[in-house]
Amino acid sequence: MSAAASIPSGRALRTGSEHRGPASKRIVVGYGFWIFLLSDIVMFSAIFATYAVLVHATAGGPTGAQLFDQTNVAIETACLLASSFTCGLMSMAINSRNAPATYIFAAITFALGAAFLGIELREFAGMIAIGATPERSAFLSAFFTLVGCHGLHVSIGLLWLVVMMAQVAAKGFRPNVERRLLCFSLFWHALDIIWVALFSIVYLMGAR
Amino acid sequence: MLGKLSWDAIPIHEPIDMIVSAVMIVAVVGILLWLTWKQLWPYLWREWLTSVDHKRIGVMYCVLALVMLLRGFADAIMMRSQQAIAAGGDLGYLPPEHYNQIFSAHGTIMIFFVAMTFVIGLMNFVVPLQLGVRDVAFPTLNSVSLWLTASGVLLTNISLVIGNFARTGWLAYPPLSELAFSPDVGVDYYLWSLQISGVGTLLTGINFVTTILKLRAPGMSYTRMPIFCWTSLAANLLIVAAFPILTATFAMLLLDRYLGFHFFTTDAGGNAMMYVNLIWAWGHPEVYILILPMFGVFSEIISTFSGKALFGYRSMVAATMAICVLSFIVWLHHFFTMGAGANVNAFFGVMTMIIAVPTGVKVFNWLFTMYGGRVHFTVPVLWTLGFMVTFVIGGMTGVLLAVPPADFLLHNSLFLVAHFHNVAIGGVLFGALAGYTYWFPKAFGFTLHEGWGKAAFWCWLIGFYLAFMPLYALGLMGMTRRVQHYDDLHWQPWLLVAEAGAVLILIGIACLVVQLIVSIRTREQRRDITGDPWDGRTLEWSTASPPPVWNFAVLPQVESEDAYWNMKRKAGGQRPAQLAATAYKPIEMPLNSATGFITAFFAVITGFALIWHIWWMVMLGVLGAFGTMLVFAWRDEEEAEIPAEKLAHFDRAHRAEMAR
Repeated sequence: MSAAASIPSGRALRTGSEHRGPASKRIVVGYGFWIFLLSDIVMFSAIFATYAVLVHATAGGPTGAQLFDQTNVAIETACLLASSFTCGLMSMAINSRNAPATYIFAAITFALGAAFLGIELREFAGMIAIGATPERSAFLSAFFTLVGCHGLHVSIGLLWLVVMMAQVAAKGFRPNVERRLLCFSLFWHALDIIWVALFSIVYLMGAR
Repeated sequence: MLGKLSWDAIPIHEPIDMIVSAVMIVAVVGILLWLTWKQLWPYLWREWLTSVDHKRIGVMYCVLALVMLLRGFADAIMMRSQQAIAAGGDLGYLPPEHYNQIFSAHGTIMIFFVAMTFVIGLMNFVVPLQLGVRDVAFPTLNSVSLWLTASGVLLTNISLVIGNFARTGWLAYPPLSELAFSPDVGVDYYLWSLQISGVGTLLTGINFVTTILKLRAPGMSYTRMPIFCWTSLAANLLIVAAFPILTATFAMLLLDRYLGFHFFTTDAGGNAMMYVNLIWAWGHPEVYILILPMFGVFSEIISTFSGKALFGYRSMVAATMAICVLSFIVWLHHFFTMGAGANVNAFFGVMTMIIAVPTGVKVFNWLFTMYGGRVHFTVPVLWTLGFMVTFVIGGMTGVLLAVPPADFLLHNSLFLVAHFHNVAIGGVLFGALAGYTYWFPKAFGFTLHEGWGKAAFWCWLIGFYLAFMPLYALGLMGMTRRVQHYDDLHWQPWLLVAEAGAVLILIGIACLVVQLIVSIRTREQRRDITGDPWDGRTLEWSTASPPPVWNFAVLPQVESEDAYWNMKRKAGGQRPAQLAATAYKPIEMPLNSATGFITAFFAVITGFALIWHIWWMVMLGVLGAFGTMLVFAWRDEEEAEIPAEKLAHFDRAHRAEMAR
């Protein structure tokens, strides 16, 4: 870009002739991943809508108020939110190229995520044991699908985290590994956002 | 070991099925043998199957769409023939069981594998060139998208030979599509084909939104983007916002069918209308995903061949984005008869009428672009004019259907069938063929034969009116859609006319095939050396035809709308030599990758195994796809450098050829 073009006239400002051409790879990758996250949130919102429609369709089976254990959910939530915090610490370690700290925070993030998943699976198993299975009613179908879909995302996130740590170990902090780690942390935080909605709509509103 | 799969899955007792299957298998084996005989496999693998070049991927999408157009049309003419004869005592030649599969397959194939595939093919080929850049944001992902779409196509076609296809209509409404009423694999073929190709489409959407918003030539601000890029942006935003709904909806139906959930079942609190709402929350944006890019195609064509800038560029952009938003708040007009109540129906009826307003703005913009211009009546312009007349008629019958009381009478009648074919053929298909003719010389370096193109246009246009105008009348006479046999003999003459129209369209398709063969044979006479056969306005015409892998040796500097047109004007009507010979710098281009092809291979295995409940094979397919991704993530080389000398050499040769 020439020097003259860098002092935009009023007209140039409006038409944006200062546009500098293709963005850098880091921006493009992060941006693309944001778009993916938005699409994922749209998918969740379709399942949320279904849950909202079917929440009272219990077909004579148990309701949410009879099934949900708030203490359990509180511990789950604490695990997931804490894992988001340690994921943030991991991002800082990555920015300062600190491999040991990256591994440590990744391990804590993994442990908290796995704990979340374990509690969720125990909740599912307990419900199934007393006959509250997804086949029992439309409400339970929607419940298991909505919460299970989030759980599936967490599981995929855990797998991804393991793969990324293997990549850091094998390849070091290469630009493409760093970009993937950036996407991972976006993904992990997005799961938190979805959990907040899930916690409020399913467990808080369902307890009454 | 093989789940539900056994020898019974082969339809030996249905002669039509067996003949079609045999023809298909012979054709496929024949092509494979021919490729082996000619030793084309290494070339094909290197230059096409593993290519991550957006131009190659675009061409492959379009080829896939054209082949599937033949399959979808075969279904269409079979239905027309059945309805032409199956009146009164005559039961026709298709048993209901088979007829139902045909109309389901016809709709599914035409929407997902012809219209969608063609739209994405054109966007792939054109958008990066128009933006003045070298590729899309994620080239390897783009190849994954293509091959996942091809996987869906393959699974759908396998259903011809092994098992059967859905008999539920193209949207597979429950409760009919639930296990209780459709216990065999037909619906599973439908669901897994579309789940797999749907993932491919979603990835395309993400890829193109990122490309258009983040990768543009220097100086190309939003208000300087070619209109086709704008309409593509709108379509891809819709893909990103709508396709996840489809994925979620199909996932719920799959859970119902595979694990006994109760989302849409008739018992245990399931709600089938929930499915209908969700599927149309995807489905209505989907029709705009198809038509918006075609509006862009027509805009480019009409402006190029009128020798004028597009009239009302900004209003065109505004209309496009308005449609993009409004398309999400009209879905309920597909089922006014659900019984949502007068107020809800009135709201959606009014919204539907409002969405016609920006479309009307567009029609006037095209008319005013032609007004005072020097219009060349080439084949792409003929398709555009045919579109403008036909689409306006289709749009008006749509507004008529948007009136809830009228809809109560016309719902699911042939009037509706006539309406959506009116906009789908007159809009999307005409647009696809216009774009195909318009950009063909850019892709291959020679133009298509005019005479055969005009013949194809007239056959399609007249054939369309003959085939579908009678259906409006029949709809008003009370004939419903998807009828395999009828007793009212008054309907038959109209259906015979419709059959004649279908035959005329068949001749139109034959003309297209002949056009392609004739054009390839006479390609030396019709070679386009300039890269700009139509005196084009946008950047794709500023590079050679076919463009080199890197599209532009030096990224163009954009200073206005219609960037290339203004470059030519500045250079006094000459085609500007784009760059000083000293400016060449080496370029990094992404390496070819087999990731897309191999992932799709495992996707087909997974899909097939899921359809037939072969669980060990499902594991194998999923692990295979995951392993492929790991291998891709572990590779050390992602890009190869193209040296400056090679760029300079190519440009010198291109300019020397133009000077001759």
